[in-house]
Amino acid sequence: MNNIVFINIVRFLGLVLLQVVVCSHINFLGYLNPYVYVLFVLLYPVSNNRLLFIFLSFLLGLSVDMFLDSGGTHAAASVAIAYIRPLCLKFSFGSVYEYHAVKFSNTDFSKRLVYFLILIFIHHFILFSLVIFDQNELLLIFKQTFYSSIFTLLLCLLLSSLFSSKKT
Amino acid sequence: MQQLFNFFIKNKTFVLFLLLFSCALSLTIQSHEYHRSKFIHSSNQITGSIYGTFYGITQYFNLKKENNLLLEENSQLKKLVFNQEKFVKPDTVLQNSFELFPSLVYKNSFALPNNYLTLNKGRNDRIKEDDGVITSKGIVGIIDKTSSNYSRVISILNTKSRVNVKLKKTSHFGVLSWDGKSPEITQLKDVQGMVKIVVGDTVITSGYSSTFPPNIPVGSIQSFRLNDTEDLYIIDVKLFNDMTNLEHVYIIKNTDINELRALNISDE
Repeated sequence: MNNIVFINIVRFLGLVLLQVVVCSHINFLGYLNPYVYVLFVLLYPVSNNRLLFIFLSFLLGLSVDMFLDSGGTHAAASVAIAYIRPLCLKFSFGSVYEYHAVKFSNTDFSKRLVYFLILIFIHHFILFSLVIFDQNELLLIFKQTFYSSIFTLLLCLLLSSLFSSKKT
Repeated sequence: MQQLFNFFIKNKTFVLFLLLFSCALSLTIQSHEYHRSKFIHSSNQITGSIYGTFYGITQYFNLKKENNLLLEENSQLKKLVFNQEKFVKPDTVLQNSFELFPSLVYKNSFALPNNYLTLNKGRNDRIKEDDGVITSKGIVGIIDKTSSNYSRVISILNTKSRVNVKLKKTSHFGVLSWDGKSPEITQLKDVQGMVKIVVGDTVITSGYSSTFPPNIPVGSIQSFRLNDTEDLYIIDVKLFNDMTNLEHVYIIKNTDINELRALNISDE
């Protein structure tokens, strides 16, 4: 139990640092940045206290906001995906989720891909709607959401497989 | 009452979600208003020191380029000093009312609609809100938040930024703003439609506001068109500064700012 808490604390701090120091300065093709800190929300253990989880996600977003001077946009997007995560888990992992037995390192790659994709896409859509904050720029919002989602998804899959503890 | 409590306990996750989400939303909306983000900004002690630590590592990558920039600036200043006698001396009263502080850029962004920079000088170095920030090539932005050791700058690449500038040749003035698209090009608005404009002309600061002294270079005119009512120009200005790659900047402090403010207030 202590081990899990420790891992999550390290993950929280590590991802925020990685985000603000490296990932927000990539500016691929001029404007594309991955938002890898969502990995914390994606990989948080399933069976735990939901209230704590939502609150931690808020804190995560808020600390990223503080570094990037973006008001509360990251916090809003993180809280939203933390809240709808159970729905998404049920959709992508099916009955395994019902028994709280999902271990992300043991699941099928395709299922994990769908799960990551949905949550990352929703997160980025909320994020860019709030950042751009202009209903006349809907096309720009979708464009940024689409390309950044692909970027984030790739990095998240890479990072999660790099640090997974599966032993074969 | 009992039922109300039961309802809250049953839906506690949803209530917490709503609470935190509206909290985040209000912070967002606040930050979209000029000069309003009170708590969540990058010029506090924690973020400043973390950015500072990593700046220590990343600065080595740009050393060569920064060196060249400084050499270039140095030679230009030397040239000015050597040719000093040939010039008529500028007004000394005006000259001494501005102080310059060198500073380092800890954080910079240019891909968002609203961009900010974080600098490593703050209130302890007598930096205040509304001081201007420039490089040797042109203007960068205006300081909008300070802590004791760090300060935050509204970049000219910010849709909320407004700077008073003029055309170098004809001295017609306008307002420089940004449409949020390209980090190299800003928009100069409110120039009268009867003025003759030539592509390639230089745009400089006007000195009408107390933030920037006059005659600091801004950019050159790339293209222009009339607005919808056809009486004012919208001019695309290509910046002299490369805003995507800033490291050494200068903060300009107007020592007469209180006197100027007092004048303006008595005027109203």
